[in-house]
Amino acid sequence: MSQTENVIFAVVLAIAVAAFLQSAWRLVSFIRLGKPDGRLSGELVRRFWTMLVYAFWQRRVRKEPYGWNHFFLFWGFIILFLANGEFVIAGLFPSLTFELLGERIYGVLLFLFDVVSMIVLVNVAIAFFRRLVLKPAHIEYNSRDGYLILSLIGALMLAFFCLYGSEFASGTMSVAGVMPFTETIFAPLMGSLFGSAAPIAARVFWWLHGLIVLSFLNYLPYSKHMHILTAIPNCYARSFEYPATVPREEFKPGAQFGVSVVDEFSWKDLLDFTACTECGRCNQNCPATSTGKPLNPRLLVHDGKVNLLTNGPKLLQGNRSANLLPLIGTTDEHEGTVGEDALWACTTCGACMTNCPVFIEHVPKIIKMRRHLVENEARFPHELSVFFESVEQRSNPWGITPGDRAKWARDLSVPLMSDAKCDTLFFVGCAGAFDARNKKVATAVVRALKAAGVEFAILGTEEKCCGDSVRRLGNEYLFERMAKANVELFKKYDVRRIITYCPHCYTTLKHDYRQFGMETQVVHHSEFLHELLETGRLKLDGNKPAVDGKVLYHDSCYLGRYNGLYEEPREVVQRVTGRAPLEMDRRLEKSFCCGAGGGRMWMEEEPEHRINANRVREALGKDADVIAVACPYCMTMFDDGIKDERAEGRVKVMDIAELVAARLPG
Amino acid sequence: MTTRKTLNHVVVAVKQVPDTTQVKVDPATGTLIREGVPFIMNPFDTHAVEEALRLKDRFGCLVTAVTMGPPNAAATLRKCLALGVDDVVLVSDRVFGGADTLATSYVLSEVIRRVEKEQGRVDLVICGKQTIDGDTAQVGPGIAVRLNYCLLTLVDRILDISGAERTITVRRKLEGRREVVRALMPACLTLVREVNEPRYPKVPNRLMAETAEIPVWDNQFLQLSLSRVGLKGSPTHVKKIFAPERARGEILGDAENDPEGAVALLIRRLIEKDLISVGR
Ligand SMILES: Cc1cc2nc3c(=O)[nH]c(=O)nc-3n(C[C@H](O)[C@H](O)[C@H](O)COP(=O)(O)OP(=O)(O)OC[C@H]3O[C@@H](n4cnc5c(N)ncnc54)[C@H](O)[C@@H]3O)c2cc1C
Ligand code: SF4
Ligand code: SF4
Repeated sequence: MSQTENVIFAVVLAIAVAAFLQSAWRLVSFIRLGKPDGRLSGELVRRFWTMLVYAFWQRRVRKEPYGWNHFFLFWGFIILFLANGEFVIAGLFPSLTFELLGERIYGVLLFLFDVVSMIVLVNVAIAFFRRLVLKPAHIEYNSRDGYLILSLIGALMLAFFCLYGSEFASGTMSVAGVMPFTETIFAPLMGSLFGSAAPIAARVFWWLHGLIVLSFLNYLPYSKHMHILTAIPNCYARSFEYPATVPREEFKPGAQFGVSVVDEFSWKDLLDFTACTECGRCNQNCPATSTGKPLNPRLLVHDGKVNLLTNGPKLLQGNRSANLLPLIGTTDEHEGTVGEDALWACTTCGACMTNCPVFIEHVPKIIKMRRHLVENEARFPHELSVFFESVEQRSNPWGITPGDRAKWARDLSVPLMSDAKCDTLFFVGCAGAFDARNKKVATAVVRALKAAGVEFAILGTEEKCCGDSVRRLGNEYLFERMAKANVELFKKYDVRRIITYCPHCYTTLKHDYRQFGMETQVVHHSEFLHELLETGRLKLDGNKPAVDGKVLYHDSCYLGRYNGLYEEPREVVQRVTGRAPLEMDRRLEKSFCCGAGGGRMWMEEEPEHRINANRVREALGKDADVIAVACPYCMTMFDDGIKDERAEGRVKVMDIAELVAARLPG
Repeated sequence: MTTRKTLNHVVVAVKQVPDTTQVKVDPATGTLIREGVPFIMNPFDTHAVEEALRLKDRFGCLVTAVTMGPPNAAATLRKCLALGVDDVVLVSDRVFGGADTLATSYVLSEVIRRVEKEQGRVDLVICGKQTIDGDTAQVGPGIAVRLNYCLLTLVDRILDISGAERTITVRRKLEGRREVVRALMPACLTLVREVNEPRYPKVPNRLMAETAEIPVWDNQFLQLSLSRVGLKGSPTHVKKIFAPERARGEILGDAENDPEGAVALLIRRLIEKDLISVGR
């Protein structure tokens, strides 16, 4: 390498590195536009560990087909980082190479680089094959970005092989027999192609290699491949609170609520936008996307990113008013703008978040944008007006007189908290108190608790809607009222333990109410019944037959994904029926929502796009006699879906508490 | 005082009422148990407020909400402010208590005169058709007569407002038919619930309303003759309040477990009693 070449390279390198640093800094300043988020304080070791497991060991990435493919590319990159480091340094100071480490180590390194480069090349080929031939529906297989980056990686590997091949062909290598692919394929190839001009070819490939590396570096911050830079910190900053609960809002006069401009998100939300790998796992599992709704969580994240990159420069100058690309729009058509109809389509089922390899938190973003629509603009699907008013005035979604809340328990002689001195509360929830079908479930829970000799009481007419739907719909103002009123009641009666049979009450009381100073223990009836059966406190009548026929279990989103309760309800079914329940195809983390979460229970859904119909069809395909659920919303959605599918005679829906109650003595 | 062209000022009369669906009759005394029953804005009046706000959205007019009631009726006025009403007046004084419709409409009409004096020309007074507690539907007409406004009752749509001719055209919902009427402004409207779908309050407005000062007009301020207000000004005397006796009804079928069966039974009974007829 001539000295002029060194100098030219030094200049090119300096320009490339400066350009990269500038765009990386630009990205960092965009992310710093976000609001504070207190998550990073403490838990350093745990965060670091998470980063190793998920970013480097790629635990979630490898859960899916082609995850290994990515794993090899990623690690290939890390190893070749060494090779490229040497390459750059040697470009400046030709004598500083790995050769200095001695022939042995040098040989080992060359061997490693050779094999890894081939692995990377093969994986690039596989990726091309997947995009060009298999064309999976959930990824944007013809994204220009994707092809460009794959081509760059492929070209880099080829340049590497050709460079070393030419070196071998020119006889300038100090070692031999260490680079199997280079020496057997590329050295002879270069020799026969370039003959005595091989040393010149080596220089050309050297420069080609160098330019590709530097272009790659500078292309990164402008493509979806910026995730190489951002996904690692994103895993480090993941939420350990699962689900990632939306933060409270401060209701002071003059404030604005939710998010309507991208810089009103937290910095973590903005980092999320930049960390998306566009793998499409979120939309693949999304019930809204799957049923043809205008919501696609991957595109939502993409729109957030485009919005940030477009508005970032203006926002950095403090220009928050004029000419910003709107974040929320009435239609979904503009890139960088999220459609209102998309925001309203989300069931907050969490399938996107649980399956995202880099811990992007979609639901809190959706709720924050809903907050803007509901709280600042009072703009939402009209049927929600009645719903909000009902919760506000009658403290239940149906708008039924609060005085009737305890009617379901009239003949059950359940003590009221106001009469009994008792530290266990059965928080019935609105469905159990007001919905005809679900009242029977509440009754079954009471029967089981009594049979096990559990002392408990209910709040009766004092209980208020927990506010789950209200919060997910973005009406934080109203939610705060419900939360404060209920927490106050729990304090007043000095409640020590709360049992609920509704996963939505459960999640809200257990996670959301923490933000309102509640520390009471909350248990779901699936956990509780499981424990009662396990410890023998609850005895089943050996002479009573188990429920007729085969039982299929459906995972409720707010029980499974939100709280990790997958095993307990299944074991309850197993104990009551004597065998493990049948399983859906989409189950556990990939369970398919019933369609009622996130306030969707109270909204219209076009008949041809119904989520519950999709799920009911899956269930009917399993030929079960009973669909077992552990959630009142799932109960309603299945019941309705079965009617719509005209399958009433074929299968019935039962709560796990009813399965238990059917086998109680007496 | 600037006067807006087409429409200058709309006054809405709202009343705070007990949520009557939650009121129970004391079986011993036969009177209403009002304790612990939440108060709400008279549901008809929520539509009156909405219609006034729609006029504000269209014409930029000023909207004032007035109510006569006890001090806690301020809550209903806060709700009006949260919805976007510009101004509110709480008419409250012990001497106004026990008013019947005659005294109520007298006081309200005087209040509207006063509002007009302070805030400029009133073009429309909008009331609900009736309340869910008093149920008389007389207050709106009472106000119109006293102020000598055109009276348009049972309005289910405002069709047109002409600033030049100072007229308003509305559709009235009568039994079995609709009637389109044009009248001179100022006019007093009473609305049926079909007229619109009330909006939902925005949180910034709600927060502002939570702490807003609610102006209270008492008789010190209004200086009305004591013989025309409150109990003294009310010729109506309540002799007795009772829940009417009625024969025990019958619960048809088991709607909870067999809704189809219950509906079939109900239809059969209705046909038998000739209350509905089957199409040809
Ligand atoms: C037999 C009888 C006994 C009663 N006893 C009592 C009693 O003991 N204590 C008591 O407090 N009341 C009592 N009232 C109620 C009181 O007389 C009426 O509520 C009042 O005069 C208004 O009449 P209304 O409710 O029928 O209103 P309507 O005429 O049905 O109301 C029509 C519209 O007028 C407006 N409006 C009505 N009232 C007001 C108001 N106060 N402020 C602003 N706008 C208003 C609203 O827009 C409403 O939609 C009694 C009424 C009757 C008929
Ligand atoms: S929470 Fe569920 S419905 Fe909402 S975007 Fe994620 S996967 Fe889709
Ligand atoms: S948000 Fe997550 S799951 Fe969805 S495409 Fe991006 S990286 Fe994949």
